[in-house]
Formats: sequence, C-alpha cells, structure tokens
Amino acid sequence: MARARQSPIPGFRLTLGYMLFYFGLLVLFPLSLLVAKSASGGWGGFLRAVTSPRAVASLRFTLVTSLAAAVINAVFGFILAWVLARYRFPGKRLVDAVVDLPLALPTAVAGVALTALYTDNGWIGSRLAPLGLHLAFAWPGVVIALVFVGLPFLVRTVQPVIEGLDPALEEAAVTLGASPRQTFVRVVLPALAPALRAGFAAAFARAIGEYGSVVFIAGNMPMKTEITSLLIMTKLDQYDYAGAASLGVVMLGISLLLLVVIHSSRTSSERRRALV
Amino acid sequence: MAVPGCGKTGDVSPSADGGAVAAPAADVEILNVSYDPTRELYEAIDAAFAKSYADKNGGAKVTVRQSHGGSAKQARAVIDGLEADVVTLGLAYDVDAVARAGLLPAEWAARLPNRSTPFTSTIVFLVRQGNPKGIHDWDDLVKPGLAVITPNPKTSGGARWNYLAAWGYAKRKAGGDDAKARDFVTHLYKNVPVLDSGARGSTTTFVERGLGDVLIAWESEALLAKNRPGGDKFDVVVPSVSIVAATPVAVVDKVVDKRGTRAAAEAYLQFLYTPEAQAIAAKEFYRPVQQAPSDPPFAKLTLFTIEDEFGGWDKAQATHFADGATFDQIYKPGN
Repeated sequence: MARARQSPIPGFRLTLGYMLFYFGLLVLFPLSLLVAKSASGGWGGFLRAVTSPRAVASLRFTLVTSLAAAVINAVFGFILAWVLARYRFPGKRLVDAVVDLPLALPTAVAGVALTALYTDNGWIGSRLAPLGLHLAFAWPGVVIALVFVGLPFLVRTVQPVIEGLDPALEEAAVTLGASPRQTFVRVVLPALAPALRAGFAAAFARAIGEYGSVVFIAGNMPMKTEITSLLIMTKLDQYDYAGAASLGVVMLGISLLLLVVIHSSRTSSERRRALV
Repeated sequence: MAVPGCGKTGDVSPSADGGAVAAPAADVEILNVSYDPTRELYEAIDAAFAKSYADKNGGAKVTVRQSHGGSAKQARAVIDGLEADVVTLGLAYDVDAVARAGLLPAEWAARLPNRSTPFTSTIVFLVRQGNPKGIHDWDDLVKPGLAVITPNPKTSGGARWNYLAAWGYAKRKAGGDDAKARDFVTHLYKNVPVLDSGARGSTTTFVERGLGDVLIAWESEALLAKNRPGGDKFDVVVPSVSIVAATPVAVVDKVVDKRGTRAAAEAYLQFLYTPEAQAIAAKEFYRPVQQAPSDPPFAKLTLFTIEDEFGGWDKAQATHFADGATFDQIYKPGN
C-alpha cells in the first residue's frame, strides 16, 4: 500500500516546506510589506485615503468595467475556445498561437494600439464617430482594453477542458432525445462550468489590476474614467506612499474576496456530480 | 586644490576652473537623473562637457549617463535608492522631496546661481495650422466648446506649470483676486476632454490622435514640435503673460560622497552655466539665464515666477495640488 503513494517528487514535508518558503518570499512577504506601509498613515489616514469620493469613484469604475470585460470574455472567449477545440480550419494553429499574444505584449503597447484604433480619427473610431459613438477616452474604451488583456486567461482555461470533453456524451444526449439546446445547457455547460468560472475569475482579477493598457485609452477624468491603479500612481507622484499603499490594500482585499466567492460558488449540479 | 574624496557633506568646493591640477583625475562616470523632455538637451550638453572636462583634467574621461522619466517618478527613484550623482528635474518641489529624504541639504537651491536654475522654459500654446479657432491668449481657452489638451497636474510636473500659468494670468488680470482666478481655471479644465498622466502623453494625444484645438505645453516642447519634420501642421501661440518654468539642478550629496564623484558632479553642473552650454540650451529651445534670450526663437512676453504669485512650491502644492485642494475641487460632482 505504501508503495502506491510514492511520488517522483520527495515527500510531503519537504514539498510543503519548500512551497511555504517560496510562496512566502515571492508573494506573502511583499504583500505584508504593502499592508504595513498602508498602516504607516494610521487608521485615520487609511480611512481618509480609501473613502475619499475620488477613491470610491475609481474603485467603482474599476470594478464595473472589470466585471463587464470578464462577462464579455466569458461569452465570446468561450465561443473562441469552442471553435479552437472542436473544429479544424485553415490557419487554426496561427489563431491558436495569436490568442496568447495579449499575454506577451507589453500592455502599454496594447493601450497605444487600441487608442490609435478607436480614437475619433482612428481606423475604427472614424467610422463610429459619425454615428455619435466615441469609444476611446470613455468607459467603452476601458472595457475594450480589459477584454483584450483578459481574453487569453479565459480561452486557455476553457479550451483544454472542451478538448477533454467526450463528444460521445453529446451523442448520447441526442440519442436519448435531447434537443441541441438541452444538450448544451444540461450536458455541455455543467461539465465546463468549473473551467469557465476559473477563467472568468482570472480574467476579472487581471482586469482589476490592469494599468498600462487602460491609462492610454481611458481619458483619466477624475470621478469619471479614472481607474484605481492610476489613482495609486497619482498618490505616489505626490510622495504619498501611505495613501497609495492603502488603496492597494483595498484593491487586494476586494480581489481576494471576489476570487473566494467565485471559486466557492459551485452550482448544485456540480455538487451532485462531486458526490457520484 | 580640491583633492578627490576630501569633500564633506555641505561643503561646496569651488571648482578648479582653468587651474591646472597636477595629478590627472581618474576616469569617472556620473549619472544624471532628469525629467522627460530633456533627452535631446542633455545628449548635446554631455558630449560638450566630456570634452571640456578632459581638457581641464589632463585627458581624464568623464561619462555622463542619463535617465529620463516623469519628474516626480525620477525623484522617487532617487529617494528609493537610484544612485544619481546629479538631479536635473522639472520643478523645485521634486528636488525638495529628495532633500526631505536627507540626500542633500534643504538649502540646495542657494548653491548655484539663479536658484540653481541654469536654464528655464515657459508655458505656451500649440494650435492647429493656421490657428482655425483664433486662439491668441489665455482668455480664448475658456470659450465654450473649445477642447484644451493638458496633462493631469497631480501626476505631471509640466501640467503643474500649465495650471499655475493659467491661474497667475487670471489672477493678475483680476487685480490679484484668487476667487476669479479659480473660476477661470475651473472653466479651463471643463474644456479638457482627456487628462493624460504626463506631458509627452498629452503631446501624443494632440499631435497623433488629433484630439483638441490647443495643447498647453512647455515652450521648449512646442518649439521642438514646430521645428521637427511635419511641424508645419502646427503653430506656436505665445500668450501675453506666462510663468517662468524653472527647472533646477542639484548635486546629490549622499551619493557623490559615497561614490567619490563630487568633483565631477560639481564641475558638470557648473558647466551648465558656461557660455558653451548656455548656447546649446538655446539651440535646444531652453531659455538661457546667463544671457538675454534672443528673439527668435524666444518670443517676448510678460513672465512671473512661482515665488511672485504663489509664494513658492510648498505653498502652491498645498493650496492647489494636495488631495482635496483646489484642483480636486474642480472635479467635485456638481461643480
């Protein structure tokens, strides 16, 4: 029996110790310094920094645009992943490779490119401006940038799961008389739900922390299109380290809370499956 | 004369101008941490300085490395440990911040002529070719429907000069009435559709994106844009009144004493006041301070200083740019 548990990597204690050290040094230590810095202005300073109307407006703007971008990615990123996993078409490998580009591209480059495209004299913007649609320097531009940076997270999480999904399941559902809609909703979607949720969470978290691509396209108007990351930079430029760290801690807390909620919100059908 | 390594913090040793030093100084490398638009300026000056330094120090080689970025970001990098031998920043407030961190004495500005400012600039307008909106002075910028491009004064040093220039103009016009000036500046920022975080970002918005009718800019940047290929698409408009944008320089004592580079760093800053460097600065569109700026390229206008109208940077910062101060009030809902 004991042999069965042998793993190619040395035992639990060593790996756990290494994990704690590595994770602690790279992630927990910097984050705890951030929290310590935010406390340097005192509790009153912390509250003042994070409850000012401008800070609240920026947090709301950041969360709403990030959520919108994650929802858009969940729908259209899913379709993209489905096509890549299920169909063969010319140029598929190229598309497959290009999906990862937003990860590799410096986000500032993405921001400059998107702004050039969507501004009123840009290739897309100039066609929309006569219709009264101005995407750049307003909230839609921010959502576009966040969809761009979040897309690979969704596709790369969902695509392998679709590839692993046995088409025989769908065939069985159809033979048993399920309509295509029923097959999708009752068979395919439940199987993909954990991956979709993980991808959604990753894209959402990525969007909350995004800075480089957004500042170019946002217009950065206080109270209107100012993201929290920019407000943090603003505070740093005024040598307000404590205020900047305070805002950082709040963003961290919100992100953590949302990720926990998303990951723990398993649907009832998933729980049933887990019991089987 | 000065022996390298004997300099103590706070003691300003006079440079060995022209004096023949017996032992040739060793080769030395110094770092100049500067703000964004001075790339071309210091590239030209550094080359001239290396030549002059070698002539005076028996062929010793000095290399000046450059670092550029937003003025406050650069100051923060120095505070956080970037080993700058000299800082040449966009406003005195940022040098003060370095001084507050204990890297140089608080009275650094008194160590070199003209409050440690070897050249200045001012704030002017860049408009579309032929000036289609008829913009001639500050009053034209608050006309309804006009789009004005200027960066966020909270993140950009240049933008703070823009803001203060506008405020100073309105205040002088109203006979020193700050309430009227505030009203004017509020109207001005209502006409700003995009607040970029830095001066270069605003230039891109205006020049590349084609956004806005007028860009408020450093005179040096406006003249540079005008004299570059494609510059005929723009006109420079000089307002009747503007601010002296003083861009100070300072040796960072803590760093030069640690690295033993005080002599070279001080020689470098003193070189900025020589006729040679002043001529280079004028050619790069910065107003020299040791001689009257010639006309052209520098237009004549009434200039005031931040000390005249605002009582210096500390006061201006607290009144206008601190959190919840005048600039934030402009963006309060319902204002």
